[in-house]
Amino acid sequence: MEWVAFVVISLIALGSALGLILNRNAIHGALFLVTNLGSIAALYLMLGAEFLAAAQVIVYAGAIMVLFVFAIMVLIPGKEETGPDPRRVWRLLALPAGTALLLLLVVMAVTGRGPAPGRPPATGNVETIGRLLFTDYLFPFELTSVLLLAAMVGVLLLARRRA
Amino acid sequence: MSVPPTYYLALAAALFSIGVVGVIIRRNPLVIFMSIELMLNAANLSFVAFGHRLGSPDGQALVFFVMAVAAAEVAVGLAIIVAIFRVRRRLSVDDLNLMRW
Repeated sequence: MEWVAFVVISLIALGSALGLILNRNAIHGALFLVTNLGSIAALYLMLGAEFLAAAQVIVYAGAIMVLFVFAIMVLIPGKEETGPDPRRVWRLLALPAGTALLLLLVVMAVTGRGPAPGRPPATGNVETIGRLLFTDYLFPFELTSVLLLAAMVGVLLLARRRA
Repeated sequence: MSVPPTYYLALAAALFSIGVVGVIIRRNPLVIFMSIELMLNAANLSFVAFGHRLGSPDGQALVFFVMAVAAAEVAVGLAIIVAIFRVRRRLSVDDLNLMRW
């Protein structure tokens, strides 16, 4: 079972990585990168790093990719959404696909039984890392805040329009 | 039967190599940045795999720092790209042969 999951996720990760570097469209590349980051988050889950999986989705797929897409939109003017729809069939599929997803989620929420029996309750992955960050790695952790502040100020300076 | 960490390391190596190839073959600086993210993630994956193998949470703490640095790096890098684009009006690393503008 774990092997199946590993092989499938690896193939997704490798395929999306290749798609990123081989695709000419930067927006498509960004979407491939989101897929790649998501599959790596799944691998973190398989390795028992729940906190990192959540952080990966929030920080990378959320914050960093939004920045990327924003920059792509600003720098590379795309075709405007006018004229006949080139992918009409795909868009017509959106409604059934969304309904199917909703049904799946409802079924899973209704039939879900919580954590599998026989497994010990989560051993506090977040607690372990938090403790580690605030004891052994306290100094690098504080340095991170300085780094982020410096990045913020630097970005404001760089992105400012020259008078 | 669980997957041995070697396979995770092999996957991380493959992703890292793909990222290197992307940095080399692409001309769009945005895609180059995304390839760098790919490489950072491959390194993170091997950190987590090693941490899992050694039963130590230190690997995960290091990945946390890599994520923070990557966020700062992306913000500054994209700001530099936008600043260059304002002056050059083109987006290709082949044009960038001066460290000034």
